[in-house]
Amino acid sequence: MQTFFVILILAFGFLITFQIAKASEYVAVLRGEEKARKQTNRINAFLLLAFLIAGLIGVYYCNERLKGKILGESASIQGDKIDTMLYITLAITGIVFFITQILLFWFAFKYQESDKRKAYYYPHNNKLEIIWTVIPAIALTALVGFGIYYWFKITGDPPEDAMQIEVTGSQFKWEFRYPGKDGVFGKKYYKNIDPEKGNSLGQIWEDPYNHDDIIASELHLVVNKPVKLIIGSKDVVHDVGLTQFRMKMDAVPGTPTTMWFTPKFTTRQMVEKSGDPDFVYELSCDQMCGKGHFGMRGVVIVETQEEFDRWIYSQKPQYVKVMEEQKPASAKPQTDSTGKKATDTTKTVAANMRK
Amino acid sequence: MSNEANLHGRPEIVTGHDVHHDEHHIHHHKETFITKYIFSQDHKTIGKQFLITGIAWAIVGGLFSVLFRLQLGFPDQTFPILETFFGRYAKGGQIQPEFYYALITMHGTVLVFFVLTAGLSGTFANLLIPLQCGARDMASPFLNMLSYWFFFMASVVMVSSLFVSTGPASGGWTMYPPLSALGDANQGSKIGTDLWLVAMALFVVSSLLGGLNYISTILNMRTKGMSMTRLPLTIWALFFTAILGVLSFPVLLSGFILLLFDRNLGTSFYLSDIFISQTGQALPNEGGSAILYQHLFWFLGHPEVYIIILPSMGIVSEVLAVNSRKPIFGYMAMVGSLFAITILAFLVWAHHMFVTGLNPFLGSIFVLLTLLIAVPSAIKVFNWLTTLWRGNIRLTPATLFSIGFVSLFISGGLTGVFLGNSTIDIHLHDTKFIVAHFHIVMGVASFFGMFAGVYHWFPKMFGRYLNNTLGFIHFWVTITGAYLIFWPMHYEGLAGVPRRYLDLSGWHNFNHFGELNKMITVVSIIVFAVQLMFIFNFFYSIFKGRKVRHQNPWGANTLEWTTPIRPGHGNWTGEIPEVHRWAYDYGKDGREFIPQTEPIGKGESHH
Repeated sequence: MQTFFVILILAFGFLITFQIAKASEYVAVLRGEEKARKQTNRINAFLLLAFLIAGLIGVYYCNERLKGKILGESASIQGDKIDTMLYITLAITGIVFFITQILLFWFAFKYQESDKRKAYYYPHNNKLEIIWTVIPAIALTALVGFGIYYWFKITGDPPEDAMQIEVTGSQFKWEFRYPGKDGVFGKKYYKNIDPEKGNSLGQIWEDPYNHDDIIASELHLVVNKPVKLIIGSKDVVHDVGLTQFRMKMDAVPGTPTTMWFTPKFTTRQMVEKSGDPDFVYELSCDQMCGKGHFGMRGVVIVETQEEFDRWIYSQKPQYVKVMEEQKPASAKPQTDSTGKKATDTTKTVAANMRK
Repeated sequence: MSNEANLHGRPEIVTGHDVHHDEHHIHHHKETFITKYIFSQDHKTIGKQFLITGIAWAIVGGLFSVLFRLQLGFPDQTFPILETFFGRYAKGGQIQPEFYYALITMHGTVLVFFVLTAGLSGTFANLLIPLQCGARDMASPFLNMLSYWFFFMASVVMVSSLFVSTGPASGGWTMYPPLSALGDANQGSKIGTDLWLVAMALFVVSSLLGGLNYISTILNMRTKGMSMTRLPLTIWALFFTAILGVLSFPVLLSGFILLLFDRNLGTSFYLSDIFISQTGQALPNEGGSAILYQHLFWFLGHPEVYIIILPSMGIVSEVLAVNSRKPIFGYMAMVGSLFAITILAFLVWAHHMFVTGLNPFLGSIFVLLTLLIAVPSAIKVFNWLTTLWRGNIRLTPATLFSIGFVSLFISGGLTGVFLGNSTIDIHLHDTKFIVAHFHIVMGVASFFGMFAGVYHWFPKMFGRYLNNTLGFIHFWVTITGAYLIFWPMHYEGLAGVPRRYLDLSGWHNFNHFGELNKMITVVSIIVFAVQLMFIFNFFYSIFKGRKVRHQNPWGANTLEWTTPIRPGHGNWTGEIPEVHRWAYDYGKDGREFIPQTEPIGKGESHH
């Protein structure tokens, strides 16, 4: 019913507008088209000026309303470079924006048709044209220069001591693999994937490097420690989007990609900084991946080294889990013999990662 | 080729070579309704066919955006009427995810290709090239007719895909595999995507037939005295557009064909190492590259945005010069910058792929080439501004839309400087920022160019005027609405809100734009309603509009205004006029305008 009324009102509004428009055309014909044109010309010229002023106020208002809801300080060292670049670009494009928009609407208002004025025959001026070729070229060279400088810093090789984590996307979830005490990821092959048997990444159990690899459903990072993500996908293209860290990289099936960054604040520090008790770092899928795309969320926890160690101690390698399930009685001998030793293993894992 | 020969294609009535004085046979053969309005070979009719089909598509594409904006603006609300119309796709009056993704996919496809490529280039290239070059018709009117009918067939196939039981394609308008290749991973990737690919293949054929025709007509069939440097900028723009299309659409077609192979013949061009959790199966395909498709797609995809915007640039240049009563400033620089944009358009495609794991060095090259495009774009903006400066501006609806075009092109172009810089793109890629950017610069701006063209050449097309008052309302609501919709959207993107998310309620960091999204939805509905008003104005004025009584209503210099008010097939009743000067002698030597057909006077000044 409501929809019906809305449509009815719209139809009426339209009918009235149309009648007015038709009437104004008749009036124009009666009064002489020349005269009518001059009048609408004045109205539109005035509206152009009004639009400029309203628009400038609108730009300011929009910024006031929304600037608190965006960005915030970057949570990674690399993200700071991206923000710097963003502000350099904003300054340069901002100047151009205001100058050109003001000139455009001002000229349109100022030089509206008038009997007193004759259009000025001005087909070209080489000097002017060279000026406005060269100035943008210089400005853009500066932007390209800064941009590429930061780009290479960000995409260059990670430091030697960077922690390595493998991120795998699939419809519609994220999985994270830590290399364990040996610091090496075991091999995997996609045809081995079998979620029912606890092998959701397709790890090759015969590869001993796999035996200590830990799989987690949340991404744990250590503050101020560079981390390199090795990114892959099981099915379609996904994208690891880390807004607070200003990071993004596609997850492509069959072609691993990497990215690295250094988190600056722990989750707890961010809670204090933002004054938001529920603050959480989120990992969003930024590449269209199917009907659950908008819910493909991962949680990132940045913590101190001690907290991280405590967490990783508590994790059981996937291999151990699988073996326990398969042969509940004789699971452990596959790796280290006793429960105590297992703890030792995780300690060495942590020690390894701290390196 | 003789203009006459190509009009009739019947050797017995071809009388001479290039002299067109036998006017009697221009109108003497009877045309049936079918040859005149349906299978017409008259470029003007074909242009109108493209325009009207484009309008039909624009209604569909625009309606889709209203539907998914309802979901974005009011994610918690239910609209029972949607269930009435769309059944299980809108269960309980809420748009389901598959339906949402189908809507955005078709919205993009329809508007980018069917409206802003076929509807824009198709209309104005067909209408203006022969009229402004001084030709009786296209180089091959028959191919021209085929071009339209291939487009029509593409439309039929695309429409049919909307009605298949598994739904239309829903992998995004870029149709990235593996998502688009695997029916098990995505409902829309079943038969819907095959139909999408077939429709697009037909579309490419249409575009190539049209493009080759435009190029050969412009190069070969200009009237006497019409050197290339005397062509109006509309023709230059359409010329470069056609070149871009002819060189890049085949690459897209090859990409689509490989995708069809992967989908149906078991090849592995794009597929590798895939395990589908829905079926619990690992696919046999190994060694393919999903990124290869993206290269093939964007090799067209980027020139495509220039295919869309260049005709608008040409139209705007012409309309601004005519209505400022001043020559376009820096004609050669305008042509040069169009040329530079055309060349650079081929060299920037990978800036859509900065975060695909592209080699960073390669990325840096693409940054350089991408930002280079800003130079010719800046030249064009400054030249338009100088054209307005000290003019005597008539603010017709066409002029207003042209001014609006320049404003939007500035706004959207400047945000391109952010995105083209790979460093910033890491943060902004695939967020609402990019959505705002390309809608302003490519979507709305090109639409403004198209509107300017429709308002300006409507008298030539139909011998009547559009209603001015409705035109003014159309302009003011549309430009205000466009900025209200897309300006604040940049902020959402800066906050990192990803595009193609239909519900943000599950996200802690993205879920604080509820009010804004409501506002955007309401404004977009109003803007859509006003476009319907324009369409009403369009069809009403074809039959009932104020009649054109003057052969040259805008006081323009170009050749189309030397034809009769309602030109028949063949355009000029007598000889094709000879051209003696460029198209922009406005306000010269104290005269308001000097048509191109007027010989250079003895005492005339040089510029």
